[in-house]
Amino acid sequence: MTAHLAIADLVKHFGGVVATDHVTLDFPPGSLTAVIGPNGAGKSTLFNLITGRIRPDGGQVLLDGADIAGLAETAIVARGIGRAFQIASLFPSFTVAESLAAAILAHRRQTHRMLTRFPLAAARGRADEVMHLVGLDAHADRLAQHLSHGDQKLLDIALALALDPGVLLLDEPTAGMGRDERWQIIETVHRLWSARRMTMIFIEHDMDIVFKIAQSVRVLKYGRVLAEGTPAEIRDNDEVIAAYLGARYAKAAP
Amino acid sequence: MLALLACVLTLLIASALGSKPLIDTLMRLAIFGLYAVSLNILVGYTGLVSFGHAMFFGFGAYAFGLLMQTGVTSLPAAALASLALSAALALIVGALCIRLADIYFSFLTLAFQMLLHAVILSWVSLTGGDQGLQGGIPRPRFLGINLADPWQVFVVTTVVFFASLLAIRTILQSPFGYALRMVRDNAPRAAALGLPVQRYKLAAFVIAGLFGALAGILMALYVSGAYPNFAFWTLSGEGMFMIMLGGIGVFLGPVLGAAIFLLLNDTVTRFTEYNGMVMGVVLLVVVLGLRQGLLDVVMARLRPR
Repeated sequence: MTAHLAIADLVKHFGGVVATDHVTLDFPPGSLTAVIGPNGAGKSTLFNLITGRIRPDGGQVLLDGADIAGLAETAIVARGIGRAFQIASLFPSFTVAESLAAAILAHRRQTHRMLTRFPLAAARGRADEVMHLVGLDAHADRLAQHLSHGDQKLLDIALALALDPGVLLLDEPTAGMGRDERWQIIETVHRLWSARRMTMIFIEHDMDIVFKIAQSVRVLKYGRVLAEGTPAEIRDNDEVIAAYLGARYAKAAP
Repeated sequence: MLALLACVLTLLIASALGSKPLIDTLMRLAIFGLYAVSLNILVGYTGLVSFGHAMFFGFGAYAFGLLMQTGVTSLPAAALASLALSAALALIVGALCIRLADIYFSFLTLAFQMLLHAVILSWVSLTGGDQGLQGGIPRPRFLGINLADPWQVFVVTTVVFFASLLAIRTILQSPFGYALRMVRDNAPRAAALGLPVQRYKLAAFVIAGLFGALAGILMALYVSGAYPNFAFWTLSGEGMFMIMLGGIGVFLGPVLGAAIFLLLNDTVTRFTEYNGMVMGVVLLVVVLGLRQGLLDVVMARLRPR
């Protein structure tokens, strides 16, 4: 199967630091992949390079075979790569419903309209749908800034989801959450993936979550790919254990 | 509907009372109210703090006055041409300014405004320098309207004021207006959702410049002239003052701010020449005491959580 998203020989320097060092990775269509690695491994940088927030110094990002490296962020979103952030990135003064309608209108290039009233009926319908998908229906009219931390993370994911992306990148969907909340959000994420079968890539530090839901795992360290494989393979990989997992997971392995 | 009602009501009350000072006050309120609302498109809705908005007020006034003095155009044609020129100016200045972030944006707008002010002062043969436009602005009749008559100037100004407010309100409540709010709230996130942020900033800058220039044209009609202080930084500052006083987050906040500003200014100057000090204290009290504009406070009270 050809990859939905493929990264080939990608390089990014920040001054003298090599944040992404000739990274080559494949993500098959409809796959659910976890990207793990110690802090500073270049995980978020990788997301920034894929989404066009920062430009790579070399290499390719192939979406369905077409090179999108170096395109503007807005052009890349338009091609169907959505993204949620490590720290929920929202529009504080918008209600949940308004946030989603605005995201949909921006994606459909309808925000230049000056004479109709916001939100257009069509966008409202889709906004309701997405709210229902992530389970934010009850909070439709609450301001984003008044939501709980967990709901803010959900809204951030919902914003990306509203664009109906083929590839969804989630940067630590469970960051800063308590244990119960964490599993709730990860169940939502997993449910979205099973229902929609989009290509989903998430960065995660909680190994229990990674090993529970990921189909495959990519391990980064110092900007390089240290290992890739199924959760079971990663758990048994001596290099990964030494660099990141520690002994706990090695012993816990069946 | 509401705008039409308010417009008719204003005209009726003014005509019933027919007092000259009242009409003068309402004229100035309409002009500065529109000016402050146009600035708030940038400051309140797009999050672009322009320190140079008076540039468009002054440019509109001078362009209109100079075009009328040539005598070749009719009054509406001159007004439209001035607006088109102001929009072109806003497009150029805006394209340069929005490339910079935050305080650098603010200072670049200020720099362009001071440049325009300097040009007005030094190009004496065209602008009359520090004396202002010489010889008044001719107002030939058009469509049966005679703008040499102060009452008719008042009616036109009032109608233009309410029509402009309605137009700005419509724009701000449209998908476009919400795109501006997205830019204000979180520009990087808006970009990640596919919004071409820079283009929207520029559009907001041009629209704000356009209505700022319209206020300037009304001012030129009202005083039958144009003066360098129309494009001076103090007027930019007063625009900010009006917005902060009345409320940044409520559509009509800047109009209330303009009303308070004008009333304060008129009353205080009657008693003391240190009006700047009094205004400063008032602004300090509002900013430090309420931490938002008057209408912001009222709306926050009314809105349920």
